[in-house]
Amino acid sequence: MAKTILAVDDSGSLRQMVAFSLKAAGYEVISAVDGQDGLNKAKEKTVDLVLTDQNMPIMDGLTLISNLRSLASYNKVPILMLTTESSDEMKAKGKAAGANGWLVKPFDPKRLIEVVQKVIG
Amino acid sequence: MSMNTENNVENNGTEGSAPSHEYLTFVLAEESYGIDILKVQEIRGYDTVTKIANTPDFIKGVVNLRGLIVPIVDLRIKFGLGKVVYDEFTVVIILNLNGRVVGIVVDGVSDVMNLKGTDLRSVPDIVASIDTKYITGLATVDEKMFILVDIEQLMTSNEMALIDSTVVQ
Amino acid sequence: MTIDMSQFYEVFFDESEELLAEAERLLLGLDIADPDNEDLNAIFRAAHSIKGGAATFGFSDMAEITHVLENLLDKIRKNEMALTAEHVDAFLAAKDVLEMELDGHRNATEVDQNQVSNVKAVLKSLSEAGSVAVKPVPVVVAEVKVEAKQEAPVVDVPEGMTIFDVALPEVTDKDLKNLKEELELLGDVTSHQQDSGRHVIRLTTDSSQDDIISICSFVLDPNDLVITNPAGGEAVSAVSAPVASEQVKQEATVAAEPVTVKAKDKVQVEEEVGYGLFAEDGKDDVEEGYGFFAPFTPHKDATKAQLIGDDTPVSAEASASQTEAAAEASAAKTDAKTNKTRREGDKPGAVETTSIRVGVEKVDQLINLVGELVITQAMIDQRVSALDPVQHEKLINSVTQLTRNTRDLQESVMSIRMMPMDFVFSRFPRMVRDLATKLNKKVEFVTEGATTELDKGLIERIVDPLTHLVRNSVDHGIELPEARKAARKSEIGRLTLSAAHKGGSIVIEVTDDGAGLNRDKLLAKAKSNGLDVSESMSDSDVFALIFAPGFSTAEVVTDVSGRGVGMDVVKRNIAAMGGSIEIRSALGFGTTISIALPLTLAILDGMSVSLGESLYVLPLNLIVETMQPKMEDIKTVTGSGLMVHVRGEYLPIIPLYALFNQDTEIMHPTEGVLVIIEAEGKKAALFVDSLVGQQQVVIKSLETNFKKIQGISGATIMGDGSVALIIDVPTVIKMGQSNIKEGVYA
Repeated sequence: MAKTILAVDDSGSLRQMVAFSLKAAGYEVISAVDGQDGLNKAKEKTVDLVLTDQNMPIMDGLTLISNLRSLASYNKVPILMLTTESSDEMKAKGKAAGANGWLVKPFDPKRLIEVVQKVIG
Repeated sequence: MSMNTENNVENNGTEGSAPSHEYLTFVLAEESYGIDILKVQEIRGYDTVTKIANTPDFIKGVVNLRGLIVPIVDLRIKFGLGKVVYDEFTVVIILNLNGRVVGIVVDGVSDVMNLKGTDLRSVPDIVASIDTKYITGLATVDEKMFILVDIEQLMTSNEMALIDSTVVQ
Repeated sequence: MTIDMSQFYEVFFDESEELLAEAERLLLGLDIADPDNEDLNAIFRAAHSIKGGAATFGFSDMAEITHVLENLLDKIRKNEMALTAEHVDAFLAAKDVLEMELDGHRNATEVDQNQVSNVKAVLKSLSEAGSVAVKPVPVVVAEVKVEAKQEAPVVDVPEGMTIFDVALPEVTDKDLKNLKEELELLGDVTSHQQDSGRHVIRLTTDSSQDDIISICSFVLDPNDLVITNPAGGEAVSAVSAPVASEQVKQEATVAAEPVTVKAKDKVQVEEEVGYGLFAEDGKDDVEEGYGFFAPFTPHKDATKAQLIGDDTPVSAEASASQTEAAAEASAAKTDAKTNKTRREGDKPGAVETTSIRVGVEKVDQLINLVGELVITQAMIDQRVSALDPVQHEKLINSVTQLTRNTRDLQESVMSIRMMPMDFVFSRFPRMVRDLATKLNKKVEFVTEGATTELDKGLIERIVDPLTHLVRNSVDHGIELPEARKAARKSEIGRLTLSAAHKGGSIVIEVTDDGAGLNRDKLLAKAKSNGLDVSESMSDSDVFALIFAPGFSTAEVVTDVSGRGVGMDVVKRNIAAMGGSIEIRSALGFGTTISIALPLTLAILDGMSVSLGESLYVLPLNLIVETMQPKMEDIKTVTGSGLMVHVRGEYLPIIPLYALFNQDTEIMHPTEGVLVIIEAEGKKAALFVDSLVGQQQVVIKSLETNFKKIQGISGATIMGDGSVALIIDVPTVIKMGQSNIKEGVYA
């Protein structure tokens, strides 16, 4: 049974790539263009995994993560940050906000699927 | 006329600009001409055309070809070759010259033939209705002579008046 | 599974183009002394986004520049470096280079490598200048460094810097050189050759290992790299598949004498490796390129069966404090939602709701089809109007409804092609800025009505003429600051570009407060050019002289607008778009060039008229009225041909059959119809056989396969499939006038 992943990224090309790759791997994918959009869509239905970019207009990834964690329905949903920054500072911030892990950009579809499968099977 | 079937395109390429592939042949007055089949989009009958003011008489006008506005040129008039009639046998060759679609009226379409480089001869001072500068070569197949025409160069030349000349009016 | 990444290229290109344009707009608007933080963030995000995409899709050249750009911008937005004019210049130059590279990838156009390396050099020097500023260093890393200094005294690590040894596979000298150049962008580089013949590059940098990997990946397969941190890191292969990385790791132990990882160095290692899993017992799951924070147990962990699965919630930080019961309840809830999710997920459109990208051909096809539909509908309408309204009441009502629906459909379809003028306007601030700098002028550039929408086809074609006009204004219109001062004007010239709807057209104006056109000079120039002019000509006629071919008002031919297309070409381009152009000017106060364009190219409200066997279409908006003249209305004026008396004025009669040399049996205006047409302020009576009807037509260009014909603006396909020509009213009026002068109709 297909799991649903919410992929949040302001870059359309990356969003499409992520959605396409995950769909090819058998997941349902909901895409969102920024943190706010992601939050709205996450509220509409609880997904099995959230992948979010950090640098986005309107609402950034960290804010989205904190907001999601404040929702009861997202208490336990795994959240991964997709980020070009791999500094400890960013990781610490991500962890503090409630992320479960990170994935460094650029990544290829294979890597993405590998990580997602590791998290939600 | 027989087709030169075994002469499938052999690219002996470097022989000048001598083409070596399929030609559509047509008749204009007593002469047989060949043009590169890749420039031919389709062959149709002659429909009524919409005349266009102040253009040479060989430009018959424009027709609607599935939504495209396509000019029709009567090569018989252009080259002054007698009996210009339009009936159910009149043939229009629709050419696609690098995206530009134009139709030409000729006496009749004969055949498609394969020519390889060795069938071609260079152009001597022959007498043809079409200016020799547009003739790329001659070919003899079954003792019949075909004049090979660079149709794109001819149709886009100033004398065909089909394209805006660069001169400002 | 292989996924063809090239399918995303086009989206990436479009998106990057938009981001670059946006970044440029923001850069030009920046107040250097006090830049707006939001703007800086947005510019940073643009660079960041392009970098992410470029790196993902393998456009390494773009990734490289955006990377440096991003670092610089990051420092500026975090106030670690002050924004200077040089920064803005360098960013704009980088934007140009990125655009060039983007074009290179997209259209295989040439990329000027000199320009690329110039920009790189400038960015690099700016980064170095900025690196003097103290940067915050993550505490943990600093700790490791101290340790590293003690353990490996040979390695001298500057404050805030990390040292990486990059062991290369066998590479060509050229690759080595390239790689060194790339890495120099990140920091100091030294290299030495090992006994094995392999090269090791030592890099001292404040960048992370991922940056090194992404930079190296432009030259080499990152799988072949072994990167070590001689100050205490583990040797790691750069990227990718576990099998490959295992192999590389083994090689690494041979090649690079790595220092064994200690548990307390964990954080540092994660940073290098790029990912890791934090587990509750403190044993983190470390993989390449991603990582998981503790206490988070991923799906494939040894304990996964109990913790995760289709029916169990993933443990999160809160889970430890929760009771089993609560967890189970929540699990059930999640499960229920999952079911719901699946149903909703089946619906298409759950993804990408904001916009879709569609090829222009598809839109045009749609517009064409709707155009044909409109024509068919008009025919039905016409037929129905001949029916008895009582007998066919229901049919007539339905057709009326259909008419409305068709109009609505047409309107919404046409709106797809409409784009805001901003698409054109946005390119000018940069151009004006560069131009003014080059000419030592001061120009304030203002746009008005940038949201006014215009057909995409027209938008694209208006760019060149507008560019020419704007250049002209900066070059010839606006004076040098001294001259402006002397004329008691502000030193700063003002150039306004505006767009607005006016009736059925859109009016675009280029206004400058410069020197204005000099009537006397124009007349003198015209005379010396042998043009037919007189002192009594109206101002607008005199100003219109600059549209004559080869006419230039500049006393000195300047580099900027003295070459290239002249005003005559501008005028011709505008006319070809169905528009008109006029000039208003006051000496000493400035000049306005005003362009009026139709709203759309595709559809025309027309009146079809017959002439002999042919049908012609006249644009309805240029028809004043139609009349069947009586004998007494017609006058013969010597030298002016026939005139018709209409509402107190005499208008010249232009017989279309004579103008177009066409046979018809109707040879006298009293037998046919006069259509009073008006364009560019001139009226005339066009004499045709009869009126056929009013209808909307889809305009097709004659020039696609044929050429421009004087007096004809295009063609259209009628209901029966035949072609009708659309009359170019302004030209026909002019043709008629010159024929009358020559006595053709006398």
